[in-house]
Amino acid sequence: MATLSGPAGRNSKRRVLPFSPWHLLLMPLALLFVLPLVQMVLTSFMTSADINRFPPRLIPTTLSLSGYQGLLGESHILRWLLNTVIVSSISIVGHLVLCSLAGYGFARMKFPGRTLGFFAMVATVMVPIQLLMIPTFLMFSRLGLVNTLAAAFVPWLTSAFGIFLMRQFFLSLPVELEDAAKLDGCGALGTFIRIVLPLAKPALATLAIFTLLGSWNDLVWPLIAISDERYYTLQVGLTTFQGTRRTQFELLMAGNVIATMPLIIGFVLAQRWFVASMAFTGIKR
Amino acid sequence: MTGWAFTGPGTLLVIGLSIFPAVWAFLISRTRWNGIAPPRDVGWRNYQRVAEDPELWDAVRHTFVLTALFVPSSIILGLVIAIALSQKIRFIKFYRTCIFVPFVASAAATGILASYVFNPQFGSVNELLRLVGLPPQLFLEDPHQVLVVICVIALWGQIGFTAVIYLAALQDIPRDLIEAATVDGANRRQVFRYVTVPELRAVTVFTAVWQTITALQLFDLVYTTTRGGPLDASQTIVYYVYELAFQTQRYGYGSAVAYGLFALTMVLTIAMILYSRRAKVEAF
Repeated sequence: MATLSGPAGRNSKRRVLPFSPWHLLLMPLALLFVLPLVQMVLTSFMTSADINRFPPRLIPTTLSLSGYQGLLGESHILRWLLNTVIVSSISIVGHLVLCSLAGYGFARMKFPGRTLGFFAMVATVMVPIQLLMIPTFLMFSRLGLVNTLAAAFVPWLTSAFGIFLMRQFFLSLPVELEDAAKLDGCGALGTFIRIVLPLAKPALATLAIFTLLGSWNDLVWPLIAISDERYYTLQVGLTTFQGTRRTQFELLMAGNVIATMPLIIGFVLAQRWFVASMAFTGIKR
Repeated sequence: MTGWAFTGPGTLLVIGLSIFPAVWAFLISRTRWNGIAPPRDVGWRNYQRVAEDPELWDAVRHTFVLTALFVPSSIILGLVIAIALSQKIRFIKFYRTCIFVPFVASAAATGILASYVFNPQFGSVNELLRLVGLPPQLFLEDPHQVLVVICVIALWGQIGFTAVIYLAALQDIPRDLIEAATVDGANRRQVFRYVTVPELRAVTVFTAVWQTITALQLFDLVYTTTRGGPLDASQTIVYYVYELAFQTQRYGYGSAVAYGLFALTMVLTIAMILYSRRAKVEAF
């Protein structure tokens, strides 16, 4: 910090530069973060001749769709995209319904076993993924979920993180509104749907965004449980495709563009929501 | 019973997908099993072998090296970037967008992109080195560089998250606090040391725990960049268990490895929480 704030603090430097010295840090950083993605998009429109040229080029000489054509012809990329959309949609719905219900129950209701249930639920975040891989695979194969999309979305239907997040949010709401609704004869479910949920939009948006990111980008669960190409998600499809096309970068980058651009475009359009959501999880400690 | 009607489905599913399989994994860990032939009970033998498996301890070492590189740098860089992004200067929204965007890309896509960018032959990083007159590097294909390169890739993808959280925390620091310190004669550096840093403590603990979990469970990046290579130099804990279970079908031993490491990470997490508690006490 000392070296960073130094130039900004010294007035002599400020007079030398016609702009804030922070630009000297932020401009290269911004390029560092964005240029690889720019290159990903540019390469997806290159011919393999352009890619193999020495020295390598950043800008394609001609705009070629061969990467995308190759991908469409040699893989089930559109099917994988559809699968991913289905998996993410179901995951988001599951998260919104199950986490808000459970979070509300833990925040507002008194029932036997509440403390124990909540404690057990929160304790599960300590169980690491490597411990779950083998039994989850076995469980899925006993339940007949192997090689179905369910193997990809069942692990994302709810989460301890989501329930905890919703509980914390509901605890921060004033209880008077709900009491008034109950006095007016509203049942528990009615109060929850009509009074509480409309107030919970920011928390629900956070939950939806995190579930979207997590389920869309998930690799482990579909990788271990899905071996039939038709049921791959984008992430599994691309990594498997990568295994056989190590240096066909125009194909791989075209696949990367299809897998990442929906979320990147969504992020740029709804940046305010995204950033607020991420910050939300950090502050609600 | 309305309480259980609300909380039951979510709680049962969470427990059914974690505690139930965790208990099952323990039973499996005391057997020898390839998933096809009936499992054979071997008692604690798998656990004895865990202690003597050099490949496993290599994987543990790689994971700890990665964690030790990744967590402090993501906290320091995240904080520095957050401070830069909290300045009220022109283009700040553009800068914020640029720095957060990689966080949205999946680790798998990031890994595939990185194996292109760091490709010794076609990659643009070597091209950059050539332009400034430095010798080309093997990066992901060099056993001595691979962990550092994977750490850099992970930072590229994750730093946006740390930065957003710090940015929000910085904006939450009451202005009065900073003004009061300035009135009392504190310079920028002292304000940072005695006002900003203590105010960020809780967020730092959250970030440290979160990023430690991320680093200890690193799998996707390894899978898409090196598959544990070259010469197993980037094999991590999760990747090793994945290989044991799904490449060589050693379910029993794989589960024992997972359990041994679970115990290890528990001890580390508890140590970290105790340490952060003690640090808090010292600060007052």
